[in-house]
Amino acid sequence: MAPSRRSPWPRRLLIVLAVIILTLFLLLPLLTVFAAALSRGVAAYGRALADPEALSAIGLTLTVAALVLPLNLLFGVAAAWAVAKFDFPGKSLVVTLIDLPFSVSPVISGLIFLLLFGLQGWLGPWLAARDLQVMFALPGMVLVTLFVTLPFVARELIPLMEEQGTEEEEAALMLGAPGWRIFWRVTLPNVRWGLLTGVLLCNARAMGEFGAVSMVSGHILGLTMTLPQQVERFYNDYNTVGAFALASLLALLGLLTLVAKSLLEKRHPTPGV
Amino acid sequence: MMARGTILPGFTLSLGICLAVLALVVLLPLAGVFLHAAGLGWAGFCRVAFAPRALAAYGLSFSGALLAAVINAVAGLVVAWVLVRTTFPGRRLLDALVDLPFALPTAVAGIALSTLYGPHGLLGAPLLRLGVAVAYTRLGVVAAMTFIGLPFVVRTVQPVLQDLGTEPEEAAASLGAGRWQVAVRVVLPLILPALLTGATLAFARALGEYGAVIFIAGNVPGVSEIAPLLIATRVEQFDIAGATAIAAVMLTGAFLLLLAVNMAQLWQRRRREGV
Amino acid sequence: MTPLRLIAALGGLLLLSVPAWAGATLLNVSYDPTSELYRDYNAAFVRHWRAETGQTVRILQSHGGSGRQALAVLEGLPADVVTLAEPRDIDVLASRAGLVDPGWRQRFADGAAPYSSTVVFLVRKGNPKHIRDWDDLARSGVVVMSASPKTSGGARWAYLAAWGYALHRSGGDAGRAQAFMGAWLRHVPVWESGARGATAAFLRRGVGDVLLTWENEAILARGETGGDAVEIVYPSRSILAEPPVAVVDRLAARHGTRTLAEAYLGYLYSREGQEIVARNHYRPRDAAVLRAHAADFPAMTLFTVDSLGGWTALWRRHFAEGGLFDRLTAAERG
Repeated sequence: MAPSRRSPWPRRLLIVLAVIILTLFLLLPLLTVFAAALSRGVAAYGRALADPEALSAIGLTLTVAALVLPLNLLFGVAAAWAVAKFDFPGKSLVVTLIDLPFSVSPVISGLIFLLLFGLQGWLGPWLAARDLQVMFALPGMVLVTLFVTLPFVARELIPLMEEQGTEEEEAALMLGAPGWRIFWRVTLPNVRWGLLTGVLLCNARAMGEFGAVSMVSGHILGLTMTLPQQVERFYNDYNTVGAFALASLLALLGLLTLVAKSLLEKRHPTPGV
Repeated sequence: MMARGTILPGFTLSLGICLAVLALVVLLPLAGVFLHAAGLGWAGFCRVAFAPRALAAYGLSFSGALLAAVINAVAGLVVAWVLVRTTFPGRRLLDALVDLPFALPTAVAGIALSTLYGPHGLLGAPLLRLGVAVAYTRLGVVAAMTFIGLPFVVRTVQPVLQDLGTEPEEAAASLGAGRWQVAVRVVLPLILPALLTGATLAFARALGEYGAVIFIAGNVPGVSEIAPLLIATRVEQFDIAGATAIAAVMLTGAFLLLLAVNMAQLWQRRRREGV
Repeated sequence: MTPLRLIAALGGLLLLSVPAWAGATLLNVSYDPTSELYRDYNAAFVRHWRAETGQTVRILQSHGGSGRQALAVLEGLPADVVTLAEPRDIDVLASRAGLVDPGWRQRFADGAAPYSSTVVFLVRKGNPKHIRDWDDLARSGVVVMSASPKTSGGARWAYLAAWGYALHRSGGDAGRAQAFMGAWLRHVPVWESGARGATAAFLRRGVGDVLLTWENEAILARGETGGDAVEIVYPSRSILAEPPVAVVDRLAARHGTRTLAEAYLGYLYSREGQEIVARNHYRPRDAAVLRAHAADFPAMTLFTVDSLGGWTALWRRHFAEGGLFDRLTAAERG
């Protein structure tokens, strides 16, 4: 922590401003969720989470996230390496295509995969003839979630890697290190914060996505319901405590961020913090 | 395609993976949007996609998302800077909170926001007394869009700020630069690409968002009706061609805007590096 | 692990999609507010079927917006039976993909609708605005809450209930009926996309003086507030909402579940089935069961959709793009 040599007031003002922004937009909604979840007491909260449908939804959500994250990581790192370290024609186009999934409304994100893999779609009849259930089953949910979260890791890494340039890697190359080693030893440590952030955001979104997954999940209770779908189910069933208890679990994902960052900070202390 | 400017390996492999995934997961499915919309014929497409009600919805979606992105750029920059450069009690907890809008299912976010900002809500009631109605107005739309996009700017700027360390600021300060001069001349150019990226993503996300917005928007046709709602309505009525027609317009608009931002950024970067 | 092997492994995992509905399993694809009803009914039916045949079956249930659910079945959700909100959503399955027998409404009694409901008013405790009947919705100063008929099946029934009343009041004069519709639609400040959203806005956020909602939803909503914040008002006449059921013949045949599917829907009409229906606040068809629950279901004058001209015509006139609803709500702001 570099001590400030001048008047601390602007700094304090900014802190206050940041705290106000975060309180209004994040803390209060979070408290609203917990207030509703705990409105009938801790016991009811615990019972809501132990509901078999809730447990199955938690399991499915973890599975989907576990499948989407590695795919997204692979894509993100590859895309960032290509875009940030090299210059090639059509680069803006590639970056824009990476951004595009964010701008697609959830109904459409789900619908496009239905139109592709659904029974009335291009590949649907072929899949059905082979008894392969892609839509309304795990593969469909993974595909849609991958689409929705695709930009995260790549877009987190690209500005960071661009800002760092290629000098360090080039120096390592001159010293005769092979490509993979350079990546592991030089690039990866340099982008660890961005990578961690990207993975955490991707995970949060993969677990929290509702609309797009809703189009392709089939909503079969205890089988193809993800956490957000189950939240809606409970809410529509007038089971407010159940709905918000499950939602609070998703909100607690923030704690995961906290733990992961603390661990990384302990292992690689960063200058300037 | 040829890579220029560096001797690093892995260009073909990384770009290959990147393009393959983009083609399979993004391009192929999105092509379906245009193909189904084309089923309407040009006249039919125009009737659906450029109806007055649809035009009003695009207007609200694009302007709301733009406004939310600007708010997010400013607020996100402040939050990122404070989280990286200062310490105060509760900082880590607030840092962990930033991802909340992604993790919370959008409908829950919508319910929470409309409860808070509703006419009888904790924040909505005092605001209403001041004459500011948030829930069920365009302001509500912007508030929800700002909420869901907030993490982007914070999370793209944060790693870059962290990576920069305090050296550039200190060096400039030691050379006698004033505080604001340091901020504007030294720090801002360094984090500008990340800031722009974050704001662009926040814009894109706000444009497509449905769940969080419709709970607080009011959904009055021509006033507070967002384009994704029109799409959902069409799907509800089994009108796939109509839904994809509106989606095609949104997609094209988003693509052109994102492309413009990305090209400007690349151009500025190339100029800076003198490539 | 090299990236290529990782891709291969993940790809393999993705393709390994399990058909979870093998064996004596039945999938009931239903709409939103019936999940509690079918949770109860499924348990009862499993017991009944075991006693009858010695076979243990597993009933899966799926719930979502009625239109979206129909779309899902159309696109390959392997439903054996559908229990949806509107006949239209089942007709789509028959006409677009031939999944359902076009004569499905004759396959079960009462037009294949084993339970019914109606549209009622939910008002604040004590009914401070004195809302007694449909006319009061058009009275100045009354704020009406309803979901949008464009996105919510439940709200379509509510809209049609008002339409039926308007036609009755004007003696069949469509022009005057339209004027009445325009008058009360102007009093709806926001169009929530789903029925539950409208209920939440009314209950939790205090928006509106009266909520138009299904009777079963109104009873649940009243229960949620502990019964001391809102009360139900029964208008002089309302619509007979008849959520239909059907066997998805093509899929059931493929799954070998046809007999089971028919027995499953048929048992809804049994004494036990009707009892469960009534306990979940839907109006039973069985006269004896209805009598036993008479306190929950006050007698009302109920008219059917067919008496208004049937779903196809109503849809074209009111809910299609540029239909009466669009015109009335657009004129309202213009």
